[in-house]
Amino acid sequence: MSPGVDGEPAADGAAGTDNIAVADAGLAKGTGAALAKGTVADDGYRPSERRLAHEAYRRGRARRSALIAAASTLATAVALYLLIVNSPGWEVTRRTFFNLDYARQALPEVLKGLRLNLELMLGCGVLIMVFGLLLAVLRTLRGPVFLPVRLLVTAYVDFFLGLPMIICLLVMITGVPALRLTGVTTDPLLLGGAALVLTYSAYVSEVFRSGIESVHPSQRAAARSLGLTNAQAMRYVVLPQAVRRVVPPLLNNLVSLQKDTGLVSIGGAIDAVYAAKIIASRSFNFTPYLLAGLVFIVLTVPLTRFADWLTARMNRRQFQGGAV
Amino acid sequence: MTAEVLRLESVRKTFGAQVVLRDVDLAVPEHSVTALIGASGSGKSTLMRCVNLLEGIDDGAIFLDGEEITDPRADEDAVRRRIGVVFQSYNLFPHMTVLENVTLAPRRVHGVARAEAEARALELLDRLGLAAKAKEYPDRLSGGQQQRVAIVRALATGPRLLLLDEITAALDPVLVGEVLSVVRDLKEQGMTMVISTHEMGFAREVADRVCFLDDGVVLEQGPPEQVFGDPREERTRRFLSRVMASGRLQG
Repeated sequence: MSPGVDGEPAADGAAGTDNIAVADAGLAKGTGAALAKGTVADDGYRPSERRLAHEAYRRGRARRSALIAAASTLATAVALYLLIVNSPGWEVTRRTFFNLDYARQALPEVLKGLRLNLELMLGCGVLIMVFGLLLAVLRTLRGPVFLPVRLLVTAYVDFFLGLPMIICLLVMITGVPALRLTGVTTDPLLLGGAALVLTYSAYVSEVFRSGIESVHPSQRAAARSLGLTNAQAMRYVVLPQAVRRVVPPLLNNLVSLQKDTGLVSIGGAIDAVYAAKIIASRSFNFTPYLLAGLVFIVLTVPLTRFADWLTARMNRRQFQGGAV
Repeated sequence: MTAEVLRLESVRKTFGAQVVLRDVDLAVPEHSVTALIGASGSGKSTLMRCVNLLEGIDDGAIFLDGEEITDPRADEDAVRRRIGVVFQSYNLFPHMTVLENVTLAPRRVHGVARAEAEARALELLDRLGLAAKAKEYPDRLSGGQQQRVAIVRALATGPRLLLLDEITAALDPVLVGEVLSVVRDLKEQGMTMVISTHEMGFAREVADRVCFLDDGVVLEQGPPEQVFGDPREERTRRFLSRVMASGRLQG
């Protein structure tokens, strides 16, 4: 296969998608850049009049789509703004939720607290991935010896999938110290983190399990035919493919973990939410809450976009891969 | 004299109420090629899967080198180590390069050192004209190349018996040729093989014995000249004339 045969349809195909205005404009530009940089086959090929005309048409359509999208976004924003500003309670709401003075005062405290949220997310995130994968693998074990293991894991996952996060947190943070066990921590931060790990491991193990089950049985059959044991087939053939497939949903779990670290504040650990609460209860102004919320959003948006990008990239790869 | 590598004795296999194999007897001598022919759904693939212990059988017995492998006490992994399988849908591991696909079993199952396994894999790949593809991932290869890699992967552990299950069914005619010539070479080298195929011309040319399966029963078996040239059974004759009509039986 020459690179020319490869490159051309790809470029055409890219410009051919015309659903989303912004993406479309970007892709159309990409085609032009590819031509200019000479990444297309170097065989003296000159684009035909027909191709140039088609591309010009597509660029026109893309510009038009972008304009429509911008206009519609602007109109929606203006309508929402007018609706909110003209509502009867707006003045009071503005003072209690959108007070810049309080925002300025709260920002350093909230950011200081946010450090705790980030540490919790990273620490718990790593543990959750390890436990989640372990639970998923334990659940696939065969053989009568492992029956109790399978039953235990299944019960664990069922229990924590159903248990509301907040109740798990309360039980851990207040219940464990009440037991007065020697050598067991009473630190609400550690106990809160443990509650996050317990609950999210159950979620994540289900994600891993669906990944394991999505690997076609013929892959396992091929591995077993080569003489690999069940465990070897799992380790070398099934898991590597399964883990790759579940990366995007795992990232989504990470996003929601990041938010849920805020719940640990109910135990009294001073995270971003609790820092906001302290200031809010001093001044009876809710702006710090809103600020803390915004800070969380600013953190999660890049993660969500990254998950989207990764999913899109994997989908593209799969389509190129053809019938495997 | 030639020893028997594989032997099936009155093998019966059912899926629920459906009888897929009914009293199947088959003997495969060393260095011989046995071709299984028959319509889709006649039980060819199931027979292969039973030999490889991917499916259990309901009754009868299967012997590999005289040892009963369908004995519940037999070590399935040890049995599979001695049998190479190539599937219709290649079933290469998409997350591994060609070289990793080929060296996986030698390294992990047979404990061959990495350098040695790779040297041997490259030698085999080279012999099948695939040395340049060693570092590629399977999805960058054509169907014919993927199937040849699958054959190399099955050969890499030096199996006693090779099962080829409709390995050309997913390929276009040009690619069929390149895969079949590999099988021809293997026969030259004395590999014992069981092949299920719809390529009657090829079966006639390469097989020492042809076995016609019809609805789970071995209706007729014998040397290819007899089965193709002078079939005893009416149903064999009808099957062959249907295949002939579709233009698949050219010498």
